[in-house]
Amino acid sequence: MTGKKHTLSVLVENTPGALARIAGLFSGRGFNIDSLCVAETLDPTLSHLTLVTHGDEQIIEQIIKQLRRLIDVYKVVDITEEGNYVEREMALIKVKAEKEYREEIFRICEIFRCKIVDVSPRSYVIEVTGDEDKLQAVIELLKPIGIKEIVRTGTIAMKREKKST
Amino acid sequence: MADKISGARMVIEALKKEGVEVIFGYPGGAVLDIYDELYKTPEIKHILVRHEQGAAHAADGYARSTGKVGVALVTSGPGATNTVTGIATAYMDSVPLVVLTGQVPTRLIGNDAFQEVDITGITRSITKHNFLVKRIEDLPRIFKAAFYIARTGRPGPVLIDIPKDIQQAKGVFEYPEKIELRSYNPVYEPHIKQIEKTYLLLEKAERPILMVGGGAISSEASKEVKALAEKLNLPVVMTLMGLGAFPGDHEQSLGMLGMHGTYYANMAVANCDLLIAVGARFDDRVTGRVDAFAPMAKIVHIDIDPSSIQKNVKVDVPIVADCKRALIRLLEIVQAAGRPKKFWKERFKDWWEQINIWRRRYPLSYRHDENYIKPQFVIEKLYELTKGEAIIATEVGQNQMWTAQFYKFKRPRSLITSGGLGTMGFGFPAAIGAQVGNPDKLVIDIAGDGSIQMNIQEMATAVEQNLPIKIIILNNGYLGMVRQWQELFYGKRYSFVKFPLIPDFVKLAEAYGATGMRITHPKEVEPALKKVLKSKKLFILDIHIAPEEGVFPMVPAGKATTEMLLV
Ligand SMILES: Cc1ncc(C[n+]2csc(CCOP(=O)(O)OP(=O)(O)O)c2C)c(N)n1
Ligand SMILES: [Mg+2]
Repeated sequence: MTGKKHTLSVLVENTPGALARIAGLFSGRGFNIDSLCVAETLDPTLSHLTLVTHGDEQIIEQIIKQLRRLIDVYKVVDITEEGNYVEREMALIKVKAEKEYREEIFRICEIFRCKIVDVSPRSYVIEVTGDEDKLQAVIELLKPIGIKEIVRTGTIAMKREKKST
Repeated sequence: MADKISGARMVIEALKKEGVEVIFGYPGGAVLDIYDELYKTPEIKHILVRHEQGAAHAADGYARSTGKVGVALVTSGPGATNTVTGIATAYMDSVPLVVLTGQVPTRLIGNDAFQEVDITGITRSITKHNFLVKRIEDLPRIFKAAFYIARTGRPGPVLIDIPKDIQQAKGVFEYPEKIELRSYNPVYEPHIKQIEKTYLLLEKAERPILMVGGGAISSEASKEVKALAEKLNLPVVMTLMGLGAFPGDHEQSLGMLGMHGTYYANMAVANCDLLIAVGARFDDRVTGRVDAFAPMAKIVHIDIDPSSIQKNVKVDVPIVADCKRALIRLLEIVQAAGRPKKFWKERFKDWWEQINIWRRRYPLSYRHDENYIKPQFVIEKLYELTKGEAIIATEVGQNQMWTAQFYKFKRPRSLITSGGLGTMGFGFPAAIGAQVGNPDKLVIDIAGDGSIQMNIQEMATAVEQNLPIKIIILNNGYLGMVRQWQELFYGKRYSFVKFPLIPDFVKLAEAYGATGMRITHPKEVEPALKKVLKSKKLFILDIHIAPEEGVFPMVPAGKATTEMLLV
């Protein structure tokens, strides 16, 4: 992976073609999508997209400009560039839960405030929420125990309000 | 409450509201309802083409030559896919089109129904925007938006896909007077700070260049380009798409830059210390090796499309604005600064002296031949005989480049050529559109023997519409431009660039009810051209030219623009 990671917050018209246009833009112009999260906003005519990508400064500039060029795109903010934001991702991790490891799994969950959301005789499903570093840390710790499957949501992000007025 | 009308009728009413006078089309099952309405609408002229690609290119030629939005109407499935090359051609050159496609009824969409194709999906990356009409209530607004999007900002093609049941449904037609799209707000006015910076750079510059692209034509900025160039004594270079934005016969014109640009244009750009680009996008055919492009220059880039700026070259002063308005502001500042014309004349005297040395060293030239007709000679003669006043469409290849080099386009919208996509088969149908839009002007298609065969079927369209287009085929018996690359870079291995069979174009002209004539000797050129120009009918002049003539100068792909191969 070359270039810095950027999290973009994109508001688009909630129309059928909009997402296809954005995906097509990335594939057609050879830009990278590391993750993409889409959902409706309070205003049902707009969708919000959190898009994580990477590239050098010029590429990120092009990505933003090309996004803005799409007729359906209402607003693009480079959250990384603006700084001061919260970023979260959730993962569901199915981990082997042999008897001798259960203690350790509980401990990891406690330390990282994870939830065990499904229990079966041989495995647990763990829900973990946090920024990318935290998810990565949990995954690394669970790996030796035996991860069977991971599903991640991709990042969502939001700018913080200014503390002082 | 207003009466309800059908979706098909709404289409016609919307076209009328948009002031559409002519559309280029081809009927089929999915547009029967619209055609039925057209039947009752003599106010809109419908030109029946012979292939939907022809319709798209004709609408494009109409748009480029008139500045209006070109409209094409085709059926679903194969009708729609046949327009794809035409749409992509228009997209690459920022031409305002509205393409209407029929679609299978909404309940069948996604079912692989007969003649169904996901045309909005297919054209997503080659349209400025596209729409699938899903409800009759949306139709008027979509049309309003489509025309607005096509013609404003950086213009481009917009496609509207209209399912058959929507055409048949009834609704109230209320056409919006105005439209506002919250997600689409092109910026027209420049940041005045940036204009001031530009002026300061001009004050400091010793070797400035004004580089003019197609954006200067779409924003109708020719007058301002000329005023600025003349006031400040600036040398002007043009991209292929910019030809005509500044008069090619003007003392200050250095002609075209880039791969087949003039020696002096490329030298001037390579050595300038200030480059002001107006509506150009620094395509690789213009820049050559990017790091060697104008290496000493501060670059000012005026463009309405922010994504064009900083895309290919690093720019010092980005100006997102309509070219015309930006130049008007710049001229105001120049005026206010109050330096007289004499000052600028004096200021850039040495620079002009240097440029004139380059001009004298390698003027555009070619070797004459007693036995073979040289294509450059044909274009020179044509320029002379038409006084540079014709609308010239070109095909793609050597014919296109010789035309760009040797015809000194005097006016904007007089060169109709596929620059960005380089579409063979574009020229002739585009000439049809241009002639329809400019019935009183002389319209010529400079063609190659290969390209002309790609949309030759439109002969029928032109003849039945009484369009007196002149097709001049520079017939070298080769796919000449490809042959030239094989000659220069592939050890003369001429792989599939010579057609074993080329039709008899004279007979072909006659078969379509047009006039044809063939010439093979240089002495015949002038009389033949005179005859063609006098003709009131569609005419094919098949000129057999020196078969292995090349286009020079030439900057090999990926080389610096100073590394030109000369004649
Ligand atoms: C639709 C299409 N197919 C292929 C090409 C590649 N191509 C570029 S120039 C050229 C040769 C054109 O031959 P001709 O029309 O005879 O023109 P000439 O170069 O000989 O003047 C070809 C095949 C193209 N530009 N467009
Ligand atoms: Mg040829």
